[in-house]
Amino acid sequence: MKTEQKIAFQKTLPVMAGYLSIGIAFGLLMQNMGYHVFWALLISLVLYAGSMQFVLLQFLSGGVSLLTVAVMTLLVNSRHMFYGLSFIDTFRQMKKKSLYMIHSLTDETYSLLCSYEPKEGIDNQKVRFYISLYDHIYWLIGTALGSLAGTWIPFDTTGIDFAMTALFTVIFIDQWKSAKSHIPAITGLVTGIGCLLAFGPDRFLPPTLLLSVAVLLACKNIVQKKDQEE
Amino acid sequence: MLSSAQTFAVILTATVCTFFLRALPFALFAGREIPVPIQYLGKTLPPAVMALLVVYCFKSTTVSSLAGFLPQFLCVAVVAMLHLWKGNTLLSIFGGTICYMFLVQVVFSAS
Repeated sequence: MKTEQKIAFQKTLPVMAGYLSIGIAFGLLMQNMGYHVFWALLISLVLYAGSMQFVLLQFLSGGVSLLTVAVMTLLVNSRHMFYGLSFIDTFRQMKKKSLYMIHSLTDETYSLLCSYEPKEGIDNQKVRFYISLYDHIYWLIGTALGSLAGTWIPFDTTGIDFAMTALFTVIFIDQWKSAKSHIPAITGLVTGIGCLLAFGPDRFLPPTLLLSVAVLLACKNIVQKKDQEE
Repeated sequence: MLSSAQTFAVILTATVCTFFLRALPFALFAGREIPVPIQYLGKTLPPAVMALLVVYCFKSTTVSSLAGFLPQFLCVAVVAMLHLWKGNTLLSIFGGTICYMFLVQVVFSAS
């Protein structure tokens, strides 16, 4: 293994744990719905968006219109619009690979790339590429395992989808710990609960996101002041 | 179950929309300065979105019966405590999920 690959592998170990377990959960759910491993792998390869893949399962079982799929995808994944903002120059230097880097920019890969500090004497762009690639491979391995094991494992898998809730809870706690200002996290929590109660489970995502953006912009000065402390 | 063509259409639609979102900042701000409010939102939205995603997982929760909400709330508490205690992502996710599976399959079994 080359130095770049070794560094990327060490960096991605925590994501390996998360992606294998959530990937297995996704594969199992696809299997339980009667889909061949081919479909599960196709989704994990081309869509490659953790939470959205679970939402997609509901579309596949429910028979909704493609317009609904498009609108829901744009809303559920709207946060991804903001991830690329930190890597415009970095990815542009990666030329042909930049398209793959954009495609593979999930929540977890995004946070790993943000926390990566370039080192002397190695190809840092290669490290970034391998971080993205390895995360994607873990996701695919998890999906395949869940999908294939689903046909042999005799035990009841009811409730395994809770792994998704657990993943978000864990990331939420990690972000809470590393954030100086808790206004963003509290904003999401309060507007989320408020809009869920006000608009109901099927319609609350768009108003929550719009309201969150409005509140965050209104609190810009307070949040930035807190960020600059210490 | 949808036909293969329908399934493919659903996957393709979600894929195109997701890539569009991921590529948008590169298309919009390539070669020019990113406006300050956008930079700020890019930094502060992730924790807000993660909180929203946790809430999203509770969208089907009902308070009409114990089984409708207790397993979920208990196990999110388990995940949070495990994570604050050990800080091991794998342990927190698997521990909480196993607890949840046990509660919904054995303790609060519908059958």
